[in-house]
Amino acid sequence: MTQSYERQNPAFYALVLALVVMSVGPIYLMLTTSLRLNVDIMSDASALFFMPTLRNYETVLCNALWYEPAHVDYCDPTFGRALGNSLIVALVSTGVTLVVGCMAAYALVRFRFMGRGTLSLTTLMMRMVPPAVLLVPVFGIWTFQYHLDGTHAGIILVYVAMNLPFVIWILQSFIVQVPIQLEEAARIDGANAFQVFFLVVLPVIKPGLAAASIFTFRIAWNEFLIANALLDRSTRTVPVTIVNSLTEYGIDWGVIMATGMLLAVPPILFTFVASKQIITGMTAGAVKG
Amino acid sequence: MATARVKRMTPYMFLAPAAAIMIVGLLYPIGYMVYASFLDWNPSQRIGEADWVGLRNYVTLLHDASFRESVGVTLTFSAIVVSVELMLGVGLALLLDRNIRGMSALRTLFILPMMIAPIVVGLMWRYMYHPSVGILNQTLKSWGLEPVPWLSDSGWALTSIIIADVWQWTPFIFILALAALQSLPRSALEAARIDGASGWQQIIHIKLPLMMPVLIVTGLLRLIDSFKVLEVILVMTNGGPGLSTEILSLRISRTASEFRELGQAAAMSNYLLLILLTLTIVMFVYNKVVESRAQAIRQQAEEV
Repeated sequence: MTQSYERQNPAFYALVLALVVMSVGPIYLMLTTSLRLNVDIMSDASALFFMPTLRNYETVLCNALWYEPAHVDYCDPTFGRALGNSLIVALVSTGVTLVVGCMAAYALVRFRFMGRGTLSLTTLMMRMVPPAVLLVPVFGIWTFQYHLDGTHAGIILVYVAMNLPFVIWILQSFIVQVPIQLEEAARIDGANAFQVFFLVVLPVIKPGLAAASIFTFRIAWNEFLIANALLDRSTRTVPVTIVNSLTEYGIDWGVIMATGMLLAVPPILFTFVASKQIITGMTAGAVKG
Repeated sequence: MATARVKRMTPYMFLAPAAAIMIVGLLYPIGYMVYASFLDWNPSQRIGEADWVGLRNYVTLLHDASFRESVGVTLTFSAIVVSVELMLGVGLALLLDRNIRGMSALRTLFILPMMIAPIVVGLMWRYMYHPSVGILNQTLKSWGLEPVPWLSDSGWALTSIIIADVWQWTPFIFILALAALQSLPRSALEAARIDGASGWQQIIHIKLPLMMPVLIVTGLLRLIDSFKVLEVILVMTNGGPGLSTEILSLRISRTASEFRELGQAAAMSNYLLLILLTLTIVMFVYNKVVESRAQAIRQQAEEV
């Protein structure tokens, strides 16, 4: 595809540059802070020149490393454990949401239960519910009725339920575009409904699946409020440990920025790998709907 | 006959897991919350032991000055954030809607702030707002200006929070507005250019009205999400100083965990849901009106 690009005047490029600096600057600042010792951060001088060090990361990950960092006197296992918890919770809830959401979206499109209008209105309604609203009921029900407080299963159930409406909405907008002839051909060849779904439809809607999984993962990975209310010491996720380690005075900025950086890395990686799918997912709700 | 029954059951089998999870994990909790809002209930009790107090929680809240302040803060925050982001986002989209090299790379960089955990965004900004080591005050000092009490002064705290939210979410509006711009019918724009419409005239009379439906939905989504902002504020100010940045979500979580008034927290959640529902319905109806108007413009352009 050859495209000709228009030439723009220098002011235009200056504007673009300023925007890039503004949007990436804070993230870059976090990265450099995480590579400094607290002594360096607190001294005014050496703003630009400093010795980058991985010590903060070693402090944070001390119990997950294969060697013992020399400068750590007391190894706090909280973060390493929380990282494991976060990974389990985010990955499992993404997996479950995708499988369940995919099946539901397919049924909604192909078997015509509700019109698209009803579906988009329901999605909007569900998206309206702030996590803070779920706080009280989730606490009550999960503790006294389901007995799932402090377990991974409990928090995963919340995340799957929270994400399903959006995932179903995104996926149905992709499934609508799969030509029905493709499915009919497979059915004539003797495939049953499940085979058609798994062997014909799923491979075609891969971009939709990518978008849906990134959005689900992001929410499950980043969520704080409900995780804080539901999980106990041994099952806590990373956002909860970060907030718990924030105190009014004497924050070790280097260490906490290293923690924040580790929490930010997976979403940043996804963004670079699949920005196209993310933008599709973002626009699907508003522009097409 | 057995196969016929299987066939008839198939759609339900596909839907069942999703329906079950939504009922157990979303609908039942919401119903439970509505019920709990009529109770005087603290976390050490089972819900069956709590006393039924009717509408008392709702009435108490209406007379509660700090609750009303919190509603005020929430509405101010959402209104400012959504309007500033809409103006900036749409403005940038109009400016950058050109055929330039590296546009997709640019968009990738712009969505980074949205993907990062709100907790981390809060951390970054709390660090930048830091009175002595923060980059903002250091810059001000090096220019010989007075340092600003970003988060410690109740007048500045709300502004600081708004700046952080604008940083994080303007790209969302920008990307949706850009997508809307690029899907405009080329014929209408071309016709306007041939008729000699200037850049501004094109924007005001053609581009903006045609983009309106998308912009309204975008604004609505952003409005809904702005009521959910909690972690960023929690990390930066925890609602302080005083109550100056205590938005409703934050107040709900504090009422539940610090004051241990689950019934009141539930009633507060219901108020929040009611506000959101009203806003959504109003926007939805308004959107239908605007959509039909945009349709008319589109048709006119095609007929001419």
